Amino acid sequence: MTNVSMTVNGKAVSRDVSDTTLLSDFLRENLRLTGTHVGCDTSQCGACVVHVDGKAIKSCTALAVSLDGSDVMTVEGVGSARELHPMQAAFKKHHGLQCGFCTPGMIMAGIDMVERYQAEGRALTADAIRHELEGNICRCTGYHNIVKAIEEAAGTMSGMKQAAE
Amino acid sequence: MSDGIGARVERKEDKRFITGKGKYTDDIRMDNQAYAAFVRCPVAHAKINGIDSSAAMAMDGVIAVHTGPEMKADEIGDIITGWSITSKDGSPMQCGVWNPMVTTYGRYVGDAVAVVVAETQDIARAAAEAVELDYEELPAVARTDAALDDGAPQVHENVPGNLIFNWEIGDEAKTEAAMAGAHHITELDITNNRLSPNPMEPRSAVATYDEAEDHYTLYTTSQNPHVARLVLSAFYNVAPEHKLRVIAPDVGGGFGSKIYIYPEELTCLWASMKTGRSVKWTSDRSEAFMTDAHGRDHVTKAKMGFDADGNIVAFHVDTIANIGAYVSLFATATPTYLYGTLWSGCYAMPAIYGTVRAVHTNTVPVDAYRGAGRPEATYMIERMMETASREMGIAPAELRRRNFVKEFPYQTEVILQYDSGDYFKMLEEGEKAADVAGFAARKAESASRGKLRGLGYSTFVEACGIAPSAAVGSLGAAVGLWESCEVRVNPVGTVEVLTGSHSHGQGHETTFAQLVSDRFGIPIDNVQIVHGDTDKVQMGMGTYGSRSGPVGMSAVVKALDKVEEKAKKIAAHTLEASEDDIVIENGEVKVAGTDKKMAWHEVGLAAYIAHNLPEGMEPGLKETAFYDPLNFSFPSGALICEVEVDPDTGFTDIVSFTAVDDFGTIINPMIVEGQVHGGVVQGIGQAMLEQVVYDETGQLITGSYMDYCMPRADDVPSFTLDHTCTPSPLNPLGVKGCGEAGAIGAPPAVINAITDAIGTNDLQMPATPLAVWTALQATKTAMAAE
Amino acid sequence: MYDAKYHKPSSIADAVAALSAAEEGKILSGGQTLIPTMKQHLAAPSDLVDIRGIDGMAGVTVGDGAVTIGAATTHADVAGNADVRAHLPGLAALAAGIGDPAVRAMGTIGGSVANNDPAADYPAAVLGLGATVVTDQREIAADDFFQGMFTTALDEGEVVTAIRFPVAKRAAYAKLPNPASRYAIAGVFVAETDGDIRVAVTGAGEDGVHRNAALEAALSSDFSSDAIAGVAPSEEGMMSDIHASAAYRAHVVNVLAKRAVDNA
Repeated sequence: MTNVSMTVNGKAVSRDVSDTTLLSDFLRENLRLTGTHVGCDTSQCGACVVHVDGKAIKSCTALAVSLDGSDVMTVEGVGSARELHPMQAAFKKHHGLQCGFCTPGMIMAGIDMVERYQAEGRALTADAIRHELEGNICRCTGYHNIVKAIEEAAGTMSGMKQAAE
Repeated sequence: MSDGIGARVERKEDKRFITGKGKYTDDIRMDNQAYAAFVRCPVAHAKINGIDSSAAMAMDGVIAVHTGPEMKADEIGDIITGWSITSKDGSPMQCGVWNPMVTTYGRYVGDAVAVVVAETQDIARAAAEAVELDYEELPAVARTDAALDDGAPQVHENVPGNLIFNWEIGDEAKTEAAMAGAHHITELDITNNRLSPNPMEPRSAVATYDEAEDHYTLYTTSQNPHVARLVLSAFYNVAPEHKLRVIAPDVGGGFGSKIYIYPEELTCLWASMKTGRSVKWTSDRSEAFMTDAHGRDHVTKAKMGFDADGNIVAFHVDTIANIGAYVSLFATATPTYLYGTLWSGCYAMPAIYGTVRAVHTNTVPVDAYRGAGRPEATYMIERMMETASREMGIAPAELRRRNFVKEFPYQTEVILQYDSGDYFKMLEEGEKAADVAGFAARKAESASRGKLRGLGYSTFVEACGIAPSAAVGSLGAAVGLWESCEVRVNPVGTVEVLTGSHSHGQGHETTFAQLVSDRFGIPIDNVQIVHGDTDKVQMGMGTYGSRSGPVGMSAVVKALDKVEEKAKKIAAHTLEASEDDIVIENGEVKVAGTDKKMAWHEVGLAAYIAHNLPEGMEPGLKETAFYDPLNFSFPSGALICEVEVDPDTGFTDIVSFTAVDDFGTIINPMIVEGQVHGGVVQGIGQAMLEQVVYDETGQLITGSYMDYCMPRADDVPSFTLDHTCTPSPLNPLGVKGCGEAGAIGAPPAVINAITDAIGTNDLQMPATPLAVWTALQATKTAMAAE
Repeated sequence: MYDAKYHKPSSIADAVAALSAAEEGKILSGGQTLIPTMKQHLAAPSDLVDIRGIDGMAGVTVGDGAVTIGAATTHADVAGNADVRAHLPGLAALAAGIGDPAVRAMGTIGGSVANNDPAADYPAAVLGLGATVVTDQREIAADDFFQGMFTTALDEGEVVTAIRFPVAKRAAYAKLPNPASRYAIAGVFVAETDGDIRVAVTGAGEDGVHRNAALEAALSSDFSSDAIAGVAPSEEGMMSDIHASAAYRAHVVNVLAKRAVDNA
């Protein structure tokens, strides 16, 4: 057992875990943040995507112990039912989810891609969104409405960023 | 009311999913929980001579190792099938026995042999690897078209030649005679590729045995928790139904694969009793590929005869359907009554005959997957139509129009009677939306860039809303396929709807609430849909076969009718008016033509306070209904796919995809469109990307997403959708069902487009770059030879 | 997965010490291949030595006609690095096409090169550019480094610290991804460095990444896609699986070589 301390969704957490505990298990089992899902064992489906130090990664393919001291954001942390993140609101508005299982990963990947493209001053076109979603598999929606949701959220997030500046 | 029928209402259930607060089975953790892992047969066919669990039992944290013979000794039942098929010679089907865990023979890679229960999942899995199997490998057969070969390895001793049944439908003599007189005959060999359903949430179960109460609770990933309880109780002997609660909480997609009551869930229940612990098992994706029921897997020879004007005169089908190592719950209905009954397609075919031979192989059981039988029928018919159109020089849309059913109801030659439709209109709208008129110019433009452009059609009809109980009973079904609903109006006027349908992505919490909102004029936020728990909801049959609309919602309507009738009686009594004059709108219960009225919630309160009810009326406002459909419903659609093929690599780009569907009445267009998007992408997946592959020895080659290709966002386009509407006259809402249409209609549209682009009819699914490039080389060789 | 002991040394010396003390030590860099392999119980190292805590292991430096990339530099950082984009745009583009965004945020160049997966992209760039693999002990020329699938010249316990790429006159990579895994069914890296034309092929060969002499010869006299139009690699030695036959791979290598030349 090794002690792991992180900031998760803005709160300091500390747990003793085995060295091979995956970040996804650390979140789900140790912290009981079950919004992060696991849909495959080959690092391809993306249901487990979270942000670590501002970057989207697959939490099923990272050891918790290697992320000691990191700042982790999960789907539970980006918004709340009362105050949805624009990406969450856009998924709801555009019916970008059906069974909801891939959705946390989609939302976290969506926020990440919008932020990266904004930082680089690149336009996030529908084609670019489809390409950026290469590591996120959805079996229900056929992606049509996910693409629409991310497109709209990109606009909202860009407006918010400009307003903040 | 803006929340009513036809409104594009945002989903009530979304907030918990988008904030990570959904509650799926694997999210549940019980006190005293242990973890199960399965020891699985490592080869496709083996005689298990011994199981040595001593090394596993010696590991820290291992609680128990149990095997099939122990399960048998405890009188746990074998896995059942729910539909008996009779062969054409009148003999009953022959099928092998499916022990939930192997007693002697393992019959596919992944067949459960033993279960390990341990303190953690990691320990359970490591211990499962430490269980040593002493087994003798036996010859195996994996390929559908090899199962019937002389001398093929026998999967089960009691199923000679691996033939489960040889079923027929239609009129053989009439069809042969008509075929003999045909002006033109189109023939095709068609493979319908084997698929893995792959809901993103893997299967999971958490079972708890309460010794003091002698009661079991099972949380599980099920599309039909009541059916699961019935089967677990009546056939698997876990416990009587009142001692067994099954809960299917949030379920992450199903597509058929979560209908069945598999060995693993059953074993968790039994193991919880054996160990006195809550036992959790969650499949990983690799295990899902090995154990979730697969879909499709047909090999077919089809022959269609036409007269000189292009009218179909006869259709003849010969199919071998792979059922896998064991006969799963709906496995026998899928390639028969959900397949052969659809062979008329959208067309008036005067003579149809065919046979289906169902075979055992040493592979995972095959069962219903999104569309179940209807995609196989549609793919065959629509490829025949396109091929015939090319052979006869009649434009594909024109050939279809010449053969479309024109009047409804239409009695086919293969049992079914279509309720309503306008196939001409949907095709016309489809051609407009897809700009078929502009295709030639687009093709020329592609050619200028060295690319091959193609256009493909699919006009389909399917049967939804399974199914009239007496009718399916007469055809061999073991159960009735009605649905139930209870509507409870609370004293404050809010409404709870308890439904036997189960939502695992379909959005029932919203659409079912819209029905209530529409009826009583109350906001959908005042309506709660309750489903998925056998302790809360009366018996129900669950969600599959696009039945939640035509059957589940019809039960809601029937219960609402009863509630409305009683509410009107209460209001008429209170307002001293005639019951016939009472109208309910915008949340008010009024006397028509007067200003006398009550608020909806005042009626609810009056019903429960019961101080002033009509003479003899029982207090309360709660009604139950069971709805048994009169017939299937028959949605139809015209799908048009346009592709561009890179001849250098065989890579195919779907440049546009248009779907004009007739689903009858639509409750929520946003949700219906979502169902079409998802269904079409599963259809595109089948057509271009997905295929389960076993090698000759029965080892699974496509055991993960590294080799089984799931459609991703950059594989597919955005879609152009439209609807026509001919309401079903056979259910109260006029709905027809929409869940499977895309998966049914899309594959032939894609393959017809690709074969149009590359100039061959000889192409099987999935049309991967390799397959398309290979077909192109053959076409080039053939052209060079001419 | 099975238990393993995690180490995060802050120096190469400590990393080497941890590796040598371990029963079966493995270097953990991005973990995007190693962790899935461990999850499937296909690898069971006793110790994991994470090299990401070592100063200077990540980052890009430019000088002496070369771009040097630290072993622990992520694919995303290579793809987005201004120097790589300026001097070796073909390499930046290759890095931007590995895996998916979340994998690129973690996966590292050193991990990919040391693993030498026959369908990985980076080995094509390393071999195609004639790069040098720098380890804690020595420098290894790309031509000597790759020795068949999953096999390299690395000794037990040897740590890759950086890859040094010569700046090319022109270079580009083209790949046809496996539809399922998105690894390369075939990938071709073409480069013209100082008087040297190199063509490296990944994904296709039974022995992993390799150079194609016929394509190199044809391009040496005329660096154009027309020059290699008829230069079809042999099917011999090409991999064959459910996604691509040997004949298809041989054909596609030629198509990709032409595309890479056109983009170089």
